[in-house]
Amino acid sequence: MIEMMAVNKWYGKDFQVLKDCSLKVAKGEVIVVCGPSGSGKSTLIKTVNGLEPINSGDIVVDGVSITAKSTNLDKMRSRIGMVFQNFELFPHMNVTDNIEIGQIKVLGRSDEEASEKAAALLKRVDLSEHALKFPSQLSGGQQQRVAIARGLAMEPMAMLFDEPTSALDPEMINEVLDVMVSLAGEGMTMMVVTHEMGFARKVADRVVFMDYGEIVEDAKSDDFFGSPRSARAQDFLSKILNH
Amino acid sequence: MDLDFSVIPANSELLVEGMKMTFLLTALAIVGGMILGTFLALLRIAKVPVLAQIAAAYVNFFRSLPLILVIFWLFFLVPLIMGRPVGAFSSVLVAFILFEAAYYSEIIRAGINSVSTGQLAAARAIGMTYWQSMTNVVLPQAFRAMTPILLTQAIILFQDTSLVYVVGLRDFLVSAEIVANRDQRLVEMFLFVAVVYFVLCFTASLGVKQLQRKFAND
Ligand SMILES: Nc1ncnc2c1ncn2[C@@H]1O[C@H](COP(=O)(O)OP(=O)(O)OP(=O)(O)O)[C@@H](O)[C@H]1O
Ligand SMILES: [Mg+2]
Repeated sequence: MIEMMAVNKWYGKDFQVLKDCSLKVAKGEVIVVCGPSGSGKSTLIKTVNGLEPINSGDIVVDGVSITAKSTNLDKMRSRIGMVFQNFELFPHMNVTDNIEIGQIKVLGRSDEEASEKAAALLKRVDLSEHALKFPSQLSGGQQQRVAIARGLAMEPMAMLFDEPTSALDPEMINEVLDVMVSLAGEGMTMMVVTHEMGFARKVADRVVFMDYGEIVEDAKSDDFFGSPRSARAQDFLSKILNH
Repeated sequence: MDLDFSVIPANSELLVEGMKMTFLLTALAIVGGMILGTFLALLRIAKVPVLAQIAAAYVNFFRSLPLILVIFWLFFLVPLIMGRPVGAFSSVLVAFILFEAAYYSEIIRAGINSVSTGQLAAARAIGMTYWQSMTNVVLPQAFRAMTPILLTQAIILFQDTSLVYVVGLRDFLVSAEIVANRDQRLVEMFLFVAVVYFVLCFTASLGVKQLQRKFAND
């Protein structure tokens, strides 16, 4: 479904943020990406839908290369959902409009279709009674669930998550993780940057560990938590599990 | 000195006509200036090759000139360019739009830059094109953030329209002056003009302050 092949990316001339990154995500797989701050996780995940361009290598999503000239990146992005650390809901629109706008502007759905879909998704993330509120009137956990619904409204073939719970107060983390767990259970292909190791253990098929722009380890989740091979991953794990 | 303010109601028709002209010019210049200004700002933000540099040069050019000079120039230039006489109103309107656009463009550019880059990323991530993302997501937020400054600029523009006397247009100030000279009531008329400008602009700027307070609380 998603294949990254020897991806290199520089910021400016001197700083290589991604080094020869290769990675495969099969249909229905859930991959957790972790690593120290600044290791390039956000950059990596943003290259998958072309939000960050790459300098060399290739990324193929559902048989389509993001570097090919003939590829319509806007169309490709509409088929890959993305959830951000800071939610990034559109603050000037209410919850329903946030979920409808992509359907109407990008997919060309009618207002009725879009609002039906929005209502169904709001029910699914348990926010039906907040349909007409504005993002600023919701808690962080509620906003992030709306953001997930906004992504799902496009009926994506895969979902990307960039630290979806790290801006949340602890008591709101689970309501977001629960939605993600149920998505995974339905067979959604997911790439998730997170430090929630409980989530990784429970639903990830594989864990990818990054450091200094490199994919240092790419292992089945049981293997990763049981016996990480690299010293850097061991070090990282002991810090994150003991804090 | 005996003041006789009855000269004002006696000439109300002329004065109202003048005020209409002042408002019309202000309104059309705001609309035109905003459209052109937004366009210039977008060229620069999107870094459209060549056009972005031209837009930057345009903004710097007009911001370096006194408005009255631009009004004079356009008064002579527009008929030359069109190859036929155009009314003073049209050429003055063009001058105001061109001039105001340079200022609006800088305000709007700052407004766009004040919207977090994550908003553009989120809009692009659901498949919107760059222009769809701008018009549906970024610009509405930018305009909201910039409303107080845009309105303040509009108040300045309202005052600046009085410069049209140099090309003989009858705005509010010119109408009042005509009455003042004809009826020999200079003190009354210029007092009246000052009060009207003051009340309108002061009320408007109070409104802007209210709006600012409201936005700050949101
Ligand atoms: N637009 C940019 N220009 C220059 N450098 C950048 C840019 N964006 C990110 N970087 C740098 O690239 C490196 C990787 O950034 P990235 O955001 O991908 O890391 P991350 O692993 O997601 O970190 P975190 O855990 O803090 O989110 C960092 O050193 C960051 O400072
Ligand atoms: Mg990050």
